[in-house]
Amino acid sequence: MSTTTPGPTQGPSQSATPIERLDRVVIRFAGDSGDGMQLTGDRFTAETASLGNDLKTLPNFPAEIRAPAGTLPGVSSFQLHFADHDVSTPGDAPDVLVAMNPAALKANLADVPRGGTLIVDTDDFSRRNLAKVGYTTSPLEDGSLESYQVHAVPMTSMTVEALSDLQLSRKDAERSKNMFALGLLSWLYDRPTEQTERFLRTKFAKRAAVMEANLRAFRAGWAFGETTEGFAVRYTVPAAPAERGTYRNVTGNTATALGLVAAAHRAGLPLVLGSYPITPASDILHTLSGLKRFDVTTIQAEDEIAAIGAALGASFGGSLGLTTTSGPGLALKSETIGLAVSLELPLVIVDVQRGGPSTGLPTKTEQSDLMQALYGRNGESPVPVVAPSTPADCFDAAMDAVRIAVTYRTPVLLLSDGYLANGSEPWRLPDVADLPAADPDFATGPNDTGADGAPVFHPFLRDPETLARPWAVPGTAGIEHRVGGLEKADVTGDISYDPANHDRMVRLRRAKVKGVEVPDVVVDDPAALAGGRADVLVLGWGSTFGPITAAVREARRQGLSVAQTHLRHLNPLPANLGDVLRGYSRVLVPEMNLGQLALLLRGRYLVDVTSCNQVRGLPFTSAELVEAITALAPAEPGPAPVALSEETR
Amino acid sequence: MTTSVPLGLPSVGAPRSGLAGVPALPEGETLSKRDFTSDSEVRWCPGCGDYAVLAAVQGFLPELGLRKENVVFISGIGCSSRFPYYLDTFGMHSIHGRAPAIATGLVASRPDLSVFVVTGDGDALSIGGNHLIHAMRRNVNMTILLFNNRIYGLTKGQYSPTSEAGKVTKSTPAGSLDSPFNPVSLALGAEATFVARTLDSDRKHLTSVLRAAAEHRGTSLVEIYQNCPIFNDGAFDVLKDRDESQARLVRLEHGEELRFGREDAEKVVVRSASGFGVEVVDAAAAGGREVVVHDATTPDPSLAFALSRLDDVSMAHVPVGIFRSAHRPTYDDLVREQLDDAREAQGGPATDADLAALLAGGDTWTVR
Repeated sequence: MSTTTPGPTQGPSQSATPIERLDRVVIRFAGDSGDGMQLTGDRFTAETASLGNDLKTLPNFPAEIRAPAGTLPGVSSFQLHFADHDVSTPGDAPDVLVAMNPAALKANLADVPRGGTLIVDTDDFSRRNLAKVGYTTSPLEDGSLESYQVHAVPMTSMTVEALSDLQLSRKDAERSKNMFALGLLSWLYDRPTEQTERFLRTKFAKRAAVMEANLRAFRAGWAFGETTEGFAVRYTVPAAPAERGTYRNVTGNTATALGLVAAAHRAGLPLVLGSYPITPASDILHTLSGLKRFDVTTIQAEDEIAAIGAALGASFGGSLGLTTTSGPGLALKSETIGLAVSLELPLVIVDVQRGGPSTGLPTKTEQSDLMQALYGRNGESPVPVVAPSTPADCFDAAMDAVRIAVTYRTPVLLLSDGYLANGSEPWRLPDVADLPAADPDFATGPNDTGADGAPVFHPFLRDPETLARPWAVPGTAGIEHRVGGLEKADVTGDISYDPANHDRMVRLRRAKVKGVEVPDVVVDDPAALAGGRADVLVLGWGSTFGPITAAVREARRQGLSVAQTHLRHLNPLPANLGDVLRGYSRVLVPEMNLGQLALLLRGRYLVDVTSCNQVRGLPFTSAELVEAITALAPAEPGPAPVALSEETR
Repeated sequence: MTTSVPLGLPSVGAPRSGLAGVPALPEGETLSKRDFTSDSEVRWCPGCGDYAVLAAVQGFLPELGLRKENVVFISGIGCSSRFPYYLDTFGMHSIHGRAPAIATGLVASRPDLSVFVVTGDGDALSIGGNHLIHAMRRNVNMTILLFNNRIYGLTKGQYSPTSEAGKVTKSTPAGSLDSPFNPVSLALGAEATFVARTLDSDRKHLTSVLRAAAEHRGTSLVEIYQNCPIFNDGAFDVLKDRDESQARLVRLEHGEELRFGREDAEKVVVRSASGFGVEVVDAAAAGGREVVVHDATTPDPSLAFALSRLDDVSMAHVPVGIFRSAHRPTYDDLVREQLDDAREAQGGPATDADLAALLAGGDTWTVR
């Protein structure tokens, strides 16, 4: 936690405790998966967002809904990085760890730098609970936490005490301890409380006792902060300068859902989602199922295959077909994606990637479906692939996927991941009138002339520019036709086994996808201002954008000459990418897989790149990327390095 | 905590036709069989039962009085799944087993189409079994023609999920070990609202069943016994022989007593002595036992299921006709109902302003 000049009290509190100004803080809430840590983190995030801080969040939870209480596998956490300037990651290491039990402390302590703050619920530190995680003595008493600032707070018993006259069972009363923690942290960081109170009133509107318990616990946490002498100082983090506009906080899954709805609305198309629940994609289904007024139909299908089948059937009928899934589900959808490639119909497939192979790590992030997205089908089956780079960027990427699908009559894969899906950041709301509107341009009648001179409809007569075929939907007289997965004759669409025709059609489908209009990559290279080139280019795709950006900033601060660029489009790749790659002798490609993009780049452009890979189920830390950049940079001394910045500490 | 809500409409009120909402031809205009015949050359084997079904379908479609652009055939993979190519309507020859899923998406989003699924015993009951039962469970408004030839034809003669146990085929030289599905029993187990069986060789029966199926609102499953002259020739010969068929076919007519057989050897269907199910006895020996009167419309599918169990591999008694034609709200109508309700409750179709409000959500802040 770096400190700047003390500032005046900003919050509503009249507390006597002095308030100190910070430029950034990383807090991690950790507890049992039943302790409500995700909700606590979400609320703290909402309070923080409303103050105008820039922020990034990282929820991290186990695949089990309720792993055995008090055990290491059951620990769930939520990390939040907020600042008075723009931040690009949820922070490598927490400045403050809130640990609700010994397991949470043990699982997370190693990430907290010495000197960091620990706020620990002491009530759960029984001999039994300590033993569950292998502590033979209590770390609160054996001196092992001496190098941290420890605040031992009996949060559970104080919560129970605050609710004593509500006639709740002890167990029910204990459930509100997360709100006590939230109240305490809200006080400590001078966050506004009205929103959380309003949230609790709405959420528990129909359960008065629960509402009261949560409100009281929240206020008790705040009041404890005000009355205890345990905290010598409170902190505030002023708003970050931001572009003018209206903002909200948004997770990647929400932004994806909103982007798809917005794109369908702007195109004037009904949106039909076929989906089968799968972590971490299900929230998109949940969100869209509540948007029926926006002409959104959601079909929870019997399996992944039926889900994409229903979506494709809807596209055949002139709706925008959509299916949402994660890696194992994408594997099941492969054959239907191939059919969509062959039928040349618009379809959007969202893959929220998670750790694989097989069931893998359902709640953890990875980027290992790139090859599956590009090549995971039989035959030559090209599909455009779009990858968002941040939670809010999921909105734009989803809109772009719809543009490509509708314009080029093709299935499009949107490759999100678990980190983007559950992570959040502030999002500047777009002006709806400025959002792009794809043109369905449905076929309305015959489009060609037959041998006898009569008007005919040819379902595979292509637009000369886009190579897109007509979107010819049932209910339109005069264009009745049959399509299928069998090879079709060019132009007429009749079944054809002709060798030359198949060769031509395979090449046409490839040419169509290759011709999808995508913008050139833009390289951020400070050396270019002086007409030169940086020593190292860091090239990423998808959710590594945040950590790479933080690492590049830090490396530059250390005097290294580093350029950065990021891919939104994995297929087709931007036209200038080959030239960009050939312009740098050292290219670093960080990926949360074992080098899938690197393989692609080498194969496509005959250039060498250096991979930097990890598949721990978590995003890169910027520190490990700085290390990789440093290792790749040329050995000659640059300007004197400066101290490590906050993001990499 | 889970909650459920009453879905309300349109579970009450008179059953609507399966064709309600599908644009009809203008008064006085009709189409002919030729109008529904595409210019694709039909390429089934000579003598295939599919020809007869195609002719019957091309012949009965004009009777529905629909515009042909509002008719869609969707098929999977297999010999019968080439069907859509030969009809001058909209069509999709999709992938193996998935036609009901694809049709579900189309039907849910397009109430103005009459949608048919064409499938076979392998396509529907093996690779696509899951989609078939779920379409019927949901009661999606579509008519499924299940061509049952009890063999894999397109892959050249392996046993299918309706082949009799012990069948010797290319892939089962020592006899197949699988027990066959009875497709009608399966459909009734999934509570399909319209279940029928007919024969490729009985044009009149086939046509009347298909018409009733198309007019039924909900999933209609029509099993069509169909001869494969190459790999399973004669599988249904006993049902086609004039004499034999009379002795074996139990013709189901709603509201009629179930009597069949040769004139000199009439048989009747009665309740089983055990109390469960039904059985066939000689009419002469029935004594005072009450002959079952067929009721296709009763909501309880138990009687229809019992009738479906009369059939076995020996084909001693084979019920044909409409086993069940019951009313239940369709999935697609309910889907659209929820959309309409949402629009109505929230002030009409969403505008750009509504979209802006949606994007903003509940918690925003402004930087000036």
